Amino acid sequence: MTRTHISATVNGDPVEFLSDAGATLLDALRDELGLTGSKEGCGSGDCGACSVIVDGRLVCSCLMLAAEAEGRRIETIEGMADGSVLHPLQRKFLEHAALQCGFCTPGLLVAAKALLDANPDPTESETRYWLAGNLCRCTGYDKVIRAVMDAAAELRQVRV
Amino acid sequence: MAHVVAACSTCRPFTGGTTQFEVEAPNVRRLIAELDRRYPGFGDHITRRMAIAIDGEIHQDADAAPLAPDSEVYLIPRIGGG
Amino acid sequence: MSDFLDRSEATLDLKVVGTRPVRPDGADKVTGRATFGADFAMPGMLVGKIKRSPHAHAAIVSIDTRKARALAGVKAVVTAADFPDLASEAYEAGEGAANLRDLSLNCMARGKALYDGHAVAAVAATSSVIADAALDMIEVTYEVLAHVIDVEDAMAPDAPLLHAHLFTEGLEAKPDKPSNIAQRNRLTRGDLEAGFAMADVVLEARYTTAAVHQGYIEPHACVAAFGADGQCQVWSSSQGQFMVRTYCAKLLGLESSDIRVTPAEIGGGFGGKTTVYLEPVALALSRLAGAPVKMVMSREEVFRATGPTSGAVIEVKLGARADGTLVAADVVLKYQAGAFPGSPVGAGSMTALACYDVPNFRVTGFDVVTNSPKVAAYRAPGAPIAAFGIESAIDELALKLGMDPLALRMKNAVRDGVKAAYGPTFRNIGYVETLEAIQNHPHYTAPLEPGQGRGVAVGFWFNIGGESTAAVNVGEDGTAVVVTGNPDIGGSRAAMAMMAAEVLGLPIEKVRPIVADTAAIGFSMLTGGSRTTFATGMAVTQAAQKIVVDLKRRAAQIWEVGADQVDWIDGAAVCLDASKTHPDLTLAALAARSARTGGPIGAQVSLTAQGAGPGFAAHICDVEVDRETGHVTILRYTAAQDVGRAIHPAYVEGQIQGGVAQGIGWALNEEYIFDRDGRMENAGFLDYRMPVASDLPMIEPILIEVANPRHPFGAKGVGEAPIVPPLAAVANAVRAAIGVRMTGLPLSPPKIRAAIDAR
Repeated sequence: MTRTHISATVNGDPVEFLSDAGATLLDALRDELGLTGSKEGCGSGDCGACSVIVDGRLVCSCLMLAAEAEGRRIETIEGMADGSVLHPLQRKFLEHAALQCGFCTPGLLVAAKALLDANPDPTESETRYWLAGNLCRCTGYDKVIRAVMDAAAELRQVRV
Repeated sequence: MAHVVAACSTCRPFTGGTTQFEVEAPNVRRLIAELDRRYPGFGDHITRRMAIAIDGEIHQDADAAPLAPDSEVYLIPRIGGG
Repeated sequence: MSDFLDRSEATLDLKVVGTRPVRPDGADKVTGRATFGADFAMPGMLVGKIKRSPHAHAAIVSIDTRKARALAGVKAVVTAADFPDLASEAYEAGEGAANLRDLSLNCMARGKALYDGHAVAAVAATSSVIADAALDMIEVTYEVLAHVIDVEDAMAPDAPLLHAHLFTEGLEAKPDKPSNIAQRNRLTRGDLEAGFAMADVVLEARYTTAAVHQGYIEPHACVAAFGADGQCQVWSSSQGQFMVRTYCAKLLGLESSDIRVTPAEIGGGFGGKTTVYLEPVALALSRLAGAPVKMVMSREEVFRATGPTSGAVIEVKLGARADGTLVAADVVLKYQAGAFPGSPVGAGSMTALACYDVPNFRVTGFDVVTNSPKVAAYRAPGAPIAAFGIESAIDELALKLGMDPLALRMKNAVRDGVKAAYGPTFRNIGYVETLEAIQNHPHYTAPLEPGQGRGVAVGFWFNIGGESTAAVNVGEDGTAVVVTGNPDIGGSRAAMAMMAAEVLGLPIEKVRPIVADTAAIGFSMLTGGSRTTFATGMAVTQAAQKIVVDLKRRAAQIWEVGADQVDWIDGAAVCLDASKTHPDLTLAALAARSARTGGPIGAQVSLTAQGAGPGFAAHICDVEVDRETGHVTILRYTAAQDVGRAIHPAYVEGQIQGGVAQGIGWALNEEYIFDRDGRMENAGFLDYRMPVASDLPMIEPILIEVANPRHPFGAKGVGEAPIVPPLAAVANAVRAAIGVRMTGLPLSPPKIRAAIDAR
């Protein structure tokens, strides 16, 4: 079986890797690039634990073939902090105790970032519906929603 | 004399249906030994499958736990959580 | 924010316990750096995969692995022949005795496949693609047998039998024919007939629940390396590394000390990871292959082959006087156990009436094997199912009597001094306080619109203690590390650090907790049963207290005063001798001189914690039902619970909110759907429908603190009680909204539509 050579940009850095024909972007991120922050919860695009941003669009990386990443700009959880300075969303998740086991957290954070990039002032309902693609079994979502809306408020102030 | 109640159906094969016992024992280990003396095999069953509630407090693996002369003792199945 | 009702008798001046610091593992979790089971890798690692039975019940006639073994890249193939044939033996390792033979057979079928998804063989290969190809090359010949999954069907005398040598335990006379009923248990009090004779009102009803899965987002995963010298390393996402070690040793005929198990970060467990599925198989493959083997389940495998909890039937008969006093209760519980005996019907029986002071009752429970995956623990195992039946029946009784549902519960509430339904007398419980909390909460009297309804329900869970070891070690700069053996599934490691910091008088930033492997810390019973903050917290606190005694001794030595002339206040030794003028010695100052005052500063405590306080919960739920679609919206939810003392309130609130969310999913949408051939039709998150963010409102927790005097800070376990009331709270609210009693879970839209139509 020949493997395909792929070049892309991940978290601002150029990367190259090989992948099998049937491998997903999630497989490539985790197994070829060592970026294990994105998780596989279901492999069928139903839980959002594998959420990444591809060319500015929120995507389940388990639903995208690795080969489709050719030439694309990909952002994962590993690129969210600025060096060791946490993104306000990451900070608010910690302040609000919006994680328990932490497995769904990377996916939730990436999805929340995509939300605030698209809509800096979401209502609670808009936040809930946007994040409906990210399953969490531990928290009941209460503190997650509070953290996202609090981060949104902080980011709005910074922009002003 | 501790009043002991066995609240479980799995005790039946050992005790033949008796569920209440009067036992004089200063601690749990001696209590189990005495019950085993009366009903051979019962002691091992209690040790492995049961928890012991002494005056309302649940003890598991508490051989040395003391018993007062009028202690209320219940044998209940071990609880597992999730 | 939650309401704090502090009822503890001793007013402690606490500086750390009760605050909300950022969790110590937080940065790794929000940056994707934390290492979960599937994130770990070892050099030369192979990929392990399992071949699974496609039949719900079949004799395994033969397994031919020759072609698979010959495929290039395949390094090992195993079947049951590669595992010791164990005798049936109950062995304590998890939270209760597991039958080792059943556990072994569940990990790898021997002679019979007992459910669709049952493991029959496994391979290890150099890549995932080759492993999959090898699985296809394993030829298994089955003789398909009739299967049975519904619990009452399995109890019928002519049901297909799963085990030829299974005879019902717990009956008066030992049966002469095998059965699918593994056990019948019975709890009785008083005189049932006389009790019902006193009743002015009798209510009889039958309720059903479907099998539901714990639904942790992280599938099971492990890496196992069997060394050439017989020493093994296992890296596993599990609720108990010592449990994994023991079960691997027993299932493979190894010594415990030859297996070192490191707990990975764990992506949810809820009881479902208190047993083993992959680890013994991965070790067996690694032994043959001479290389580490990584095994990760797919989501489909998690559903098909790991324990959900029981589907069940609950039959309730209640008798009460006109003023609402309960006089008699007759309850029958029939729980699916899955392929091997061991449903939580025992706990279901003991908790069913635990909130009520009933003078005459009989609770009968049946543990029934079925051709479905072996049932595993799920958060307060057995209790939510029984509570669904009882709390629905109590709600109906309140309607019949024309009584307020909370008033009915208050009238029959258990209190200190009352004998629990399962036997012992209650002490230091906070049940009445939880009822009062929701009775007085504005939610209870908030107005409702047409089409909306309100339901209340209560629940109970024991919480356990058990064995724990903790070590606290002080560094040369006066900072401390707390070492325990309990995987952190809900934020417990923060609580460990907080308790140690409180005793030592250090700020929380100077105390770091770690969860150690089986070789690096003494034995701990697994994380489950709401035991960690209680039992391991007790060990941590005692270890820190031992250090304080030692620190005072060292200061006394330095100051040349008696040890009783030294106190420890706010992280420093204080000289009480008025005739001396010694400045305080901080922990850092004493640590710097440790070599000259007795050596390294540290302490380890191993204990079996007794006196775990039970948890009581009372919930209010508002719903709106769309009569056209049958869709139920949860509008508002308030959950009061007796938590003893909240060490870290945010994580206690989180446990309540998470348990409520799972209960809502259980009530509304989650269920295992099997086709005619006994195969699960919805083995994925699309059709196994768990609550998402848009399904739920904010969930308001009310923390009631009636301290547990047996814990140094008064803590009670909190994690499990929250899932007990929601099933009935939702069902009772739906009843109020549509005027029809739904007796079968889940309350999915087609069922609600049918109920409305039938009216």
